Amino acid sequence: MTQIEEVNYDQYRHLVSERAFTGETMLLNMGPQHPSTHGVLRLLLELDGETIVNAVPDIGYLHTGIEKNMEAKTYLKAEVMSDRLDYMNTVGNNLAYCLAVEKLVDLDVPPRAQAIRVILTELQRIASHLVWVGTFGLDLAAMSMFLYAFREREYILDILELCSGQRMMTTYIRPGGLWRDVPVEFETAVRDFIKMFPRRIDEYEALLTKNPLFLDRLLGIGVLDAATALQHGVTGPMLRASGVNWDLRKARPYMGYEQYDFDVPVRPEGDTYARYLVRIEEFRQSLRIVEQALNKLPMGPVRSDNRKFVPPPRSEIGVSMEALIHHFKLWTEGFSAPKGYVYSAVESPRGELGVYLEGDGGPKPHRVHWRTPSFDNLSVLPKIVKGHLVADLVAILASTDIVLGDIDR
Amino acid sequence: MDNKLEPVVKVLQEKFGATYEEFRGETHVFVTAEQIIEALTLLRDKYEFELLSALTAVDYYPQTSPRFHVIYQLSSLAKNVTVQLRVLVNGDQPKVPTASGVYEVANWREREIFDMFGIEFEGHPDPRRILMPEGTQGHPLRKDFPLGYEEPQFTFNFEEIDLRKPYAKE
Repeated sequence: MTQIEEVNYDQYRHLVSERAFTGETMLLNMGPQHPSTHGVLRLLLELDGETIVNAVPDIGYLHTGIEKNMEAKTYLKAEVMSDRLDYMNTVGNNLAYCLAVEKLVDLDVPPRAQAIRVILTELQRIASHLVWVGTFGLDLAAMSMFLYAFREREYILDILELCSGQRMMTTYIRPGGLWRDVPVEFETAVRDFIKMFPRRIDEYEALLTKNPLFLDRLLGIGVLDAATALQHGVTGPMLRASGVNWDLRKARPYMGYEQYDFDVPVRPEGDTYARYLVRIEEFRQSLRIVEQALNKLPMGPVRSDNRKFVPPPRSEIGVSMEALIHHFKLWTEGFSAPKGYVYSAVESPRGELGVYLEGDGGPKPHRVHWRTPSFDNLSVLPKIVKGHLVADLVAILASTDIVLGDIDR
Repeated sequence: MDNKLEPVVKVLQEKFGATYEEFRGETHVFVTAEQIIEALTLLRDKYEFELLSALTAVDYYPQTSPRFHVIYQLSSLAKNVTVQLRVLVNGDQPKVPTASGVYEVANWREREIFDMFGIEFEGHPDPRRILMPEGTQGHPLRKDFPLGYEEPQFTFNFEEIDLRKPYAKE
């Protein structure tokens, strides 16, 4: 179907300086299989000795056409694809998608489901930052950090498995609530984690924060100022490390975030070390949110009782004709959303994760667009690596915390 | 409408004759392709919309005029409001001036729209595909682009399709 044409290299000439054509500077491909690119990212580097003159990111190696695929599925079935975007933040992706669907069809979520959603997304944020701090350490030759971080991440994945039966691709959050209530072991499991984890954060800090080798590699490297960050649409911890206090959980609270008391860590420096400090502090703040949400976890249903959008419980199907009809309709045809479009955004571990959802009156979305934070956070990379050494590029790229599934969709 | 947003919509109406609609608490303002750069510059400089949150497009095939909407989702951090600007684009030779001079994030986002919808951005500094391989034909997110690779075979055209159907070879 799709043919590939011969490529004309003239369209790439403007990406590198004139010196590359005289042989004065060297062109070097970093990736797509380089371990420090955290996925399949190719960076075309123009080097003057060891110094970077130009860096041209080349993305699309992981493009799976998720936006196109979602258009061909019903609202409920399309949710399964949302897990596969940012595979480090699967619960957060589900939440972003479900909030957009709920906004489009005007559906309420019971308070218990809201609190559980908050607990799980915050745990997922910790898990995502753990992968980040682990691979960040790995890239900077702190091998043990990786092992410690993955050890703790396993606790969180166990909690997700307890709720949904899946470690990663959970699809546990559904439009109108949750798939089912959490099991009785949930509270103990989360409390154990809350008790154990603060000491572990101190351990990471003891390993890294004041480590002279670590500081040498990070301080003053890859400085990003606030104005450039905003121009490039950078959000999340990267923006907050550049001195902008912007967190969607505070600015536009969703899922009852306004009830919880937490701070937004901000650092003015904008360098790689500031990004590290912001994320380490986010561990503690996320843990605070989880603890508060768990302490006041209300009882009650976890799914909306609007049967036009949310399937009835199994117990009703045997005794109620309407329930049976609703069940049948929802699982065959799916629910219809009105004609209209909404944009809804949540704060993912990487920044503003937005979903543009458009309904055409039928059971399938007309258009789903994912505004993924990694895409914009990567687009600023060529600016901040200029003039640094190749070894610094590894540190800067690791500090941006990109996920290629999130970029390429 | 959010009362912090009212002066913004009002000035867009007066200056550009823009129309607006509201849905689920969101405000969508329609401007033309010729005015979009001026409108974005005005919103960025005078009304503190520092962040272009999202930039995307929608295809309304088989409708041809307008066939596409290009969507600019703007956020103001200082005032904590959002507004959506929409530009209507016709189906034959769709063209919009580039916003990458106003918001640099538009550079990559416009490349993505060009890649996925084939909408050309005039004056774009780096007009290449971004996600699909170089030299790909067609634009995948257009509604007339087939989703699957395989053509469905029916009794009347089974053999015709069978002739050109690729099979796994040993």
